[in-house]
This record gives sequence, C-alpha cells and structure tokens, in this order.
Amino acid sequence: MTHYVKAWILALALVLSPAAVSAQEALPEAPGTEAAPAAAEAVDPAAQSSEAPAEAAAPTGLDPALYTPMKPTPGIGMPVDKGIDFQQQFSATGQQAKWINDAILVPMMFGVSLIVLGLMLWTVVRFRRGANPEPSKTTHNTFIEIIWTVIPVIILVVIAVPSISLLAQQFEPAPEDALTVKVTGYQWYWGYNYPDNGDFEVIANMLPEEEAVARGEPYQLAADNRMVIPVGKPVKMLITAADVIHSFAIPAAWFKLDAVPGRINEKVLQIDREGVYYGQCSELCGARHGFMPITVEVVSQEKFDNWVLANGGTVAGEEEAEEAEAGEAAETETASAEDTTEEAPADAAAATN
Amino acid sequence: MTTITADGQIDDHAHDADHKPAFFQRWFMSTNHKDIGTLYLLFAIIAGIIGGAMSGLMRMELAEPGIQYLQTWASISNGTEASMDQAYHLWNVLITAHGLIMVFFMVMPAMIGGFGNWFVPLMIGAPDMAFPRMNNISFWLLVPAFLLLLGSAFVPGGTGMGAGTGWTVYAPLATSGSVGPAVDMAILSLHLAGASSILGAVNFITTIFNMRAPGMTLHKMPLFVWSVLVTAFLLLLSLPVLAAAITMLLTDRNFGTAFFDAAGGGDPVLYQHLFWFFGHPEVYIMILPGFGMVSHIVATFSRKPVFGYLGMAYAMVAIGVVGFVVWAHHMFTTGMSVNVKMYFTAATMVIAVPTGIKIFSWIATMWGGSMTFKTPMMWALGFIFMFTVGGVTGVVLANGGIDDNLHDTYYVVAHFHYVLSLGAVFSIFAGFYYWLPKMSGRMYSELLGQLHFWIFFIGVNVLFFPQHFLGQQGMPRRYPDYPDAYAYWNQISSLGYWIMLVGVAIFFVNLAYTFLAGRKAEGNYWGEGATTLEWTLTSPPPFHQFETLPRIK
Repeated sequence: MTHYVKAWILALALVLSPAAVSAQEALPEAPGTEAAPAAAEAVDPAAQSSEAPAEAAAPTGLDPALYTPMKPTPGIGMPVDKGIDFQQQFSATGQQAKWINDAILVPMMFGVSLIVLGLMLWTVVRFRRGANPEPSKTTHNTFIEIIWTVIPVIILVVIAVPSISLLAQQFEPAPEDALTVKVTGYQWYWGYNYPDNGDFEVIANMLPEEEAVARGEPYQLAADNRMVIPVGKPVKMLITAADVIHSFAIPAAWFKLDAVPGRINEKVLQIDREGVYYGQCSELCGARHGFMPITVEVVSQEKFDNWVLANGGTVAGEEEAEEAEAGEAAETETASAEDTTEEAPADAAAATN
Repeated sequence: MTTITADGQIDDHAHDADHKPAFFQRWFMSTNHKDIGTLYLLFAIIAGIIGGAMSGLMRMELAEPGIQYLQTWASISNGTEASMDQAYHLWNVLITAHGLIMVFFMVMPAMIGGFGNWFVPLMIGAPDMAFPRMNNISFWLLVPAFLLLLGSAFVPGGTGMGAGTGWTVYAPLATSGSVGPAVDMAILSLHLAGASSILGAVNFITTIFNMRAPGMTLHKMPLFVWSVLVTAFLLLLSLPVLAAAITMLLTDRNFGTAFFDAAGGGDPVLYQHLFWFFGHPEVYIMILPGFGMVSHIVATFSRKPVFGYLGMAYAMVAIGVVGFVVWAHHMFTTGMSVNVKMYFTAATMVIAVPTGIKIFSWIATMWGGSMTFKTPMMWALGFIFMFTVGGVTGVVLANGGIDDNLHDTYYVVAHFHYVLSLGAVFSIFAGFYYWLPKMSGRMYSELLGQLHFWIFFIGVNVLFFPQHFLGQQGMPRRYPDYPDAYAYWNQISSLGYWIMLVGVAIFFVNLAYTFLAGRKAEGNYWGEGATTLEWTLTSPPPFHQFETLPRIK
C-alpha cells in the first residue's frame, strides 16, 4: 500500500503547485483509482485463453529431446499488418498500462483535441468579420482563467494517480526464488545468460530472410536463438551491455529497459501466456541497430527445464536448490527494501531497483 | 495586452534608403539588426532545404520494406562500392544530420536570429540591438558551425562516413563507438552553434532590459518580446551545460578521460542527464518564440487585444522555469529508481497547465473578435490545433509507466514532429507571412499563401499522424528497415512527405512572386488589429529607425 500513499503525495504536490484551490475537487476521484486494477483484471482476455501450443505434452521425466521451438501465433507478440493500436498485452503490468491508455489517456486526448477544435470552429464561424463586424474589447475574465487552469489540473490528477500506481507496480521486486536471466546487448546481437542454471549463454542473431520465412517467423523480428522463460512466473531480468547502449524491449509485455555498459538494470518480466514474443533493439547502437531483434519464447516449466538441458545447462536438483537459496539470501535483503537505491550493491543487480 | 501606440512623430522617412553601406560591408560586416535578421532568415531557409531534403531521402527509403536506395547513396558519397554496414551507417548519418540541422540551423536561426533580430528592437522602440558587433559574430559563428556539420558527412565516422550517433550524441556510441574525425567535427559544430546562441542570448537580454522605449514597462512589452526574453534566458542557462557535456565527450574521445566510460569510473547515463538538462529547455527554446508570434497574429486578425496578457506572459515564464526540472522524462528507460520516475512523471505533466492557459487564451482572444483569415492567421490557427494534438500525446508520454512501451518508438517521433514540424514550423510560416511585407516592402500572393498552407497542412498530417500507429504497434525509431507489418503506414507516411513538398514548392514560388511582382506594402498593411511599434514604420523600415525614441502611453 505504500505506493498508494506515495502516489497521493505526488498527486497532491501536483495539485498544490499551480492552484491550491483545486485540492477539494481532486478528492472525490479516489474511488476511480481503486477500481482501476480490478477493472483491468476483468478486461484481461488473454491471460487464460491458452492457445497453448500442441507440443506441450506433459512428460514426467526431463529430456532435452522433448524441447522443440514453438511456432509464433500470427498477430500475437508481434505487430499486425496495418495495425494502429498497441500490441495485445500478456503481462499484468502491460494490461494495467494498456487499460490506463484506453480508459483514461485516449479519452483525454480525444476530449481535449475535440474541445479545442470545436471551440476554434465555433469562433471561426461565429466571430468571422461577416458575422461580427464589431470586435469586443474584452481582455480579462478572472473567473474563466481560473477555470481553465483548474480543470486541466484536475484532469492531470486523474491521470497521475493510476499512472503513479502503475509505476509502483512495475517496480515490484522479484520474489527471492525467481529465475534470473541476464541479458547482454552486443553490437549487434543479444546474449542471454542463465546464472541459476549453470550460467550457460545463448547468443541470438537476426535470422536471414529465407531462414525466417522457412521457420514461419517474421523477418527482422526473428532471431536464430530465443530467450526462453517459464510461463506465468516472475523472471528477474538483469540487463547490461558490453559495448554501447542498447535497449531490450518486448512490446507485448510493455517491457523496455536500456542495456547500459557498466550498469546492470533490473526489472521483473512475467508473461502469462505460452507463446513467442518479439521485440527490437530500442536505443541507437550503431550501423546494425535495426537488425538485432529479440525473440522470447514463453513455455511451461517442464519444457523450460528441457530447453535448459538441451542447451547444456543444469536444472536445479536438491543440492543445487539449497545452494541457490543460500546464494540468494544476501540478495533478498536488497530486493525486499522497496524501491530505493540506498543499499550498497552487495550484488550489482540492486543498482537500479 | 496593452495597446501600444507611438506618441509623436516617428522618423519613418527621414533616413530611408540612405547611409546604406556597400554590398560587402553591408552583408558581411553588418551591425544592423535588420540586415543580420535577414541573413539569419536566409541561412535558415538554406538549412531548411538541406535538412528537409534529408528527410525526403529517409522517407524514400522507408516507403517500402527492404533497403532500396541506401547502398547506392552510400556508394556515391564514398566514391567506392559501399558495404551494407556502410549503407546502414549512412542512415544513422541522415537521422543525425536531419535532427541537428533542423534544431540548430533551421528553427533556432529562423525564430531567434531571424524574427528576434528583426522585430525585438522594432517592437520595443529601439534603434538596434545592444551589441551590434556581437550580433554580427553570432551570425557568422553559425556559418562555420554548419560547414563543420556538413563536412563531417565526408570524413570517416566509424562504420562509414559521417557522424551516425543521433542528434543526442549519446556516449559510448559517440566515444568508443565511433572512431574517426566525423564525430569530433559534429561536436565542434555544436560548440560553435552553442557559442553563437549564447552570444545572441546575452544580446537579447541586454537589449530587452535596457533599450525599451520610454514608458514601455515590462508589463507593456509585446508578447513576442516576452517570448524572446524567456527564450534567451533558457539559452543562457542550458547551453553551457551542453557545452560541458560535449567537451567531456571530446576529451573522452581524444585525450583518454573517462567521464562517460564505466570502465574508467565514469557513467554513460551521466551524459544523458547533462544532455537533456540542455535538451529539454531546448524544445521550449524552439517553441516559445512561436507562441509569441502566434499571439500577435491571432490578436491582429481578430482585431482584438490578446486575452489575458499577463497570464500569457507568465505562462511562458512558468513553462521556461518548469522546463528546467523535467529533463529525465527523456530517460525513463535508462534504469532510474521508482521515486525519480514518479517525480519526473508528475513534474512533466505540470507543464500541460501553462500550455493549456496559452491555448485557451488564444481561443478567448478570437472569441468576440472580428476575424479575417489571411495566410498568417491560417498558419496560426493550424498551429494552435496541431500543437494541441502534439501536446496531448506529450501528456501520454509523460507517464513513465506508459512510456516503457512507447519510448524510442515512432510514437515519440510523431509527438515531437507534431509540436515542432507542425508547431514550430507552422509558427515560423505564420510569422514569415505576417512580416514578409514588412521586411521586404512587398506583399506576397494571398492565393499562393493559402494554397501553401492547405497543401502543407494536409501533407504533414498524412506524414506524421500514421507514425502514432506505428509507434503504438512497436516500431522503433532510427530504423532504416522494418518488418512487413509496418509497411502500410510507412507507405502512407512517405506519401505525406511528397504532398508536403508540393506545399514547400508553392512557398518558394510565392517568395519569388513577392520579390518580382509583389505590390508595394504600406506601413501597416494589416489595419487596426496590428498595434505594435513595427507597424508605425514604413515597409520596409528605414535602415536606422527610432532615432527619436517613441514614447509609450
């Protein structure tokens, strides 16, 4: 709940800065904000609708041979032809963000633009020289000036409260048992390390056009190797770069975080539907900036384990699980300290919680 | 706004056409604010043609998926067969040069150097700028700056020829990521352009504070002068920070320092903080003079004083002040802490309030007026609506949590082109048509002006509106090629460029018409709505005006 308090303090500051008068008007907005997350869940169409891939057979044992790359679902996790809207969202924060956009920001944009356009058209018709030969000499109207100062402030508060809650939600730290994936941006490809699974690295280059077509994947979005993560579980993403700044983006999960050399940025990624999701480098990084796509495959835990084995990694058995817990104990302290950066980075990952 | 009338006789004919120096002395050693203003406007037009042509090359390449032209163009500029990587590098050179040229060599020279030089002294009843020789060097620093930037395209810059760092010149791409002299040349170009602007800002501040005609208090000062004053302060406070940042880039590149190199204890994100501490005020530098011009134009063509003069003036001051404390919204994805992100979200949204005051005050100025719709007014009306559209998408982007998806996508490109290409550029055209007869002494063609407006208006909307869709779908900016799904809206967008280009062509025809066949303009050709001091002078004004200072009631 602390983030709600914080949201309100900031919202209040926003109100007080230009016009203290509006504080009272702002208060009745509270119920709307509380309703926001609930509404988002109600809207959420895709999380459960598992167009789960056919090969998701459920074997009891682990066998690397059981992993086969999944085919993408057309229109999911990628842009659609002639599309104008956001990509369909498959993470909780993504759905919340899209809800804020659809329910608050888009009506605000259309509302404000149409009001301005309407007023302009009205003045153009009503106060053209033909219709109004003698101009008035009005130059002030304190009341109306207060109105058009206060109303935008109220609109901004209505936007700010859910928006700031969304920020807090996006910064929820990963649970201590979360899988860690370290992403490294290189000129011009991505590397994915799995430190919890024997620290193997997967290198992902863009697929040439013929190969992408042969695999039934969209050219310039498809990579030869994928970052594979288990479905419905928070994954602690540690993002860095080896040479210049890159940016790791997955539009269908509302996820974007810069890969900065010398820093490790951390953010939680949780995708709630099995499937393939595409992204592209989103910070200018040199000549082939446009050609280092990100392909994320979200699979069941079993299939994930098989994939790990297929890549020469280790799946946490008994002993390893204990080790992992011991190793993460130190990290837990930093992770649980909510949304501040004061801690000495015992682990570089805490640098930007 | 207080109506300003000149009290007593103005020497509007006594010195007309006399004492003009010979050609070289007049145009190359000028100390006359009007001549220097003209030089700035010419410079901006030339830079605009070059920067606009670059966007044409980009829209050609983006019109369909695949690389169609880049390799050919890179081969031409290399003189040898270019590799694919060099072709991609040329793309980065184009986006970099387009951005820098439009910002530093088109919009700023036109608004501040051009209209500011021409009309600030005229509007405050001053004979010239406070420091006429400094005014001259401000302009002439810009020429080598521009040549350095253009020249950088023909020297090695890493993968290929030219600086391919983006106009933001982020480290480490601009340090260890780009070997060769191109980026150094671009940095020195920015140094010179920055020095030019700082000198200009000092000149404007001194002029406005010390050379106002007797009786013209700050609160009687025309809004355009207010806007230039606020802009000059923004320049004076923000450009030194840019100069520091790019100097550190230079020493990182050449002298082994590590300000922005993590391996040496530096921080690449520090560069971004410094850059955007300059960069965000910079966007208001580009739009505030436009606000000032639009206020005058709306009042003139409504035959009514500006509504809420003080609110308008102090809204600009507020935008200037708040504009300094919102810079990190350009860096929402760099890995900032949640508190910092919350602060920059809230602070950024606050800017919508004074901006809203301005929009509504313009509408209230028209309300009850007796409006005519000459070309400058059409541009001003277009500006008000298009700037509103660009403003509301700005409110969307201000939300740090929403920006996580839109950051560095075409949505951002659409947003800032709506406020610059449809905002700042519309206000420049508005001001240009408003004052062209005053500056040249000849009227432009109203028919061609209207045609220019409508075609340009349609063109830029077709060009930039679909980019919102591309951005929402996730298309990143600064990409020379894209997946097939983005083809449709890119094609529409490229079509818009050609429509816009027809509009620009009409502008140049109109310009030629004005000078070759335009009828002579009177002193105040807009009639009773035009109340500021420049309208008390002849068109064009005498070489030296206000030798007897006007008195303001």
